[in-house]
Amino acid sequence: MSDSDPVADAGFDEWLAAAAEGDAYYLECANGHGSLPPRRVCPDCGSTDIAEADLSETGEIRTVTVTHVPTPAFEDDAPYATAVVDFGPVRLTGQVIGIDVADVETGLTVALEITTSETTGERVIGLRPV
Amino acid sequence: MSDVRVAGTGLTSFGNSPERTSRDLFAEATITAFEESGVPRDDVEAVLYGNFMGELSEHQGHQGPLMAEAAGVQAPATRYESACASSGTAVREAVKRIRTGENDVILVGGAERMTNLGTAGATEALAIAADDLWEVRAGVTFPGAYALMAQAYFDAYGGEHEDLAHIAVKNHENALSNEKAQYQRAIEVSDVLEAPPVSEPLGLYDACPISDGASALVLTSEAYAEDHDLEAPVAITGTGQGGDRMALHDREHLARSPAAREAGAEAYADAGVDAGDVDFAEVHDCFTIAEVLALEALDLEPIGEGISAARDGRTTADGEMPINLSGGLKAKGHPVGATGASQIAEVTELLAGHHPNSDHVADATTAVAHNAGGTVASATVHVLEVDR
Repeated sequence: MSDSDPVADAGFDEWLAAAAEGDAYYLECANGHGSLPPRRVCPDCGSTDIAEADLSETGEIRTVTVTHVPTPAFEDDAPYATAVVDFGPVRLTGQVIGIDVADVETGLTVALEITTSETTGERVIGLRPV
Repeated sequence: MSDVRVAGTGLTSFGNSPERTSRDLFAEATITAFEESGVPRDDVEAVLYGNFMGELSEHQGHQGPLMAEAAGVQAPATRYESACASSGTAVREAVKRIRTGENDVILVGGAERMTNLGTAGATEALAIAADDLWEVRAGVTFPGAYALMAQAYFDAYGGEHEDLAHIAVKNHENALSNEKAQYQRAIEVSDVLEAPPVSEPLGLYDACPISDGASALVLTSEAYAEDHDLEAPVAITGTGQGGDRMALHDREHLARSPAAREAGAEAYADAGVDAGDVDFAEVHDCFTIAEVLALEALDLEPIGEGISAARDGRTTADGEMPINLSGGLKAKGHPVGATGASQIAEVTELLAGHHPNSDHVADATTAVAHNAGGTVASATVHVLEVDR
């Protein structure tokens, strides 16, 4: 490996790859608390008995914003809608795609769909209304 | 437990000075603080310094000793980083050290150089206070995170952008007499509503500016102040700190800040006061909505009602509970690492009667400073009281 090769973020990049294949998961501890990887200890109860569980195919938007002033990594993506989505045991933050940003609102049902940044080509958590 | 005396305070002007290094900014603030305190530099036993983004803006780590040197102090020095709550956290550590008797005199404060990064660079730097993997890579910016909270608040309790606009108008009004403020300029509600959107529902005038600046406090034990006949009528009588999950989406309620509630409750109990005893407060209004969340977390407004406090005049300079008489982060400016200690400086001056806005709180005895980091995954609250 040379110094210029990108280095993966173990746990996170596998999750993105799985989600891109339609196999998204979350982590569930022995006491039923949900969390996101990489994770060795449940942040709710300290349990170290953690296993992957299937993430629900759809979730509901809990809150949303349309960002006009992005960081440089999303320069060409703005304006874009960012939402916090409730998938039951866990919530995810992602970009709402496939809809006019002005029409995105709390309560909307969305499905997880990994997309790419128009600026950097990096994978981004996308959320498509169903 | 003995109180901690605020013997001296120093602030630089907050604003746009991209060429000035943070060591220069901090040095200026400490000169003022030492002059005001009458405490010799030789008596300082520790330097506690808050800074957030020095690695990004100045390519500078290991800032503790650098800042002690800039202040002309030979004492062990530590940098505290807790995002926008960095120097609030440093103040809390100073208070604890002085109370335990470990130290009698501490120089505490903070600085931040931000404007040299430009708007895009500063936006990127501020965003590192959020979870890089699960928030920033999804496009969350700092205004974006507070916009998510603002929308969640509107959905849960009602309210509209115009309510928030009144907070910005109030804080700009308060800053008119503050010569250190970044904006000494009155604005109107229509200015806020017509400003370009940053992250909806928040626009340019809902956001604090990007600022350079520094703050410094000379804190002493009660015994040191008495032995040296210091003119230090204001004491820090309560301190509290709260924590929460890092990412906003892991907050149980997206429009509340339990870390600040925890910090506030601890600080009130520590000082032996309750919210009803508070005469005024400086709160962390990095965005207009943040002032609402702070008031509710500190029990200065009931949950769901803080949104109308400015619009209805309860928190204006002549209201029953003046909030951010300094101008707040919104108008005074927000050099991140300097902010927490700067709030203590402003509250001290207001209580001591030395502040241009002291007349609004002439009979006040008890005030609060609330400093928040990230989307309030970190918070510190301090109670200050004045001898009357």
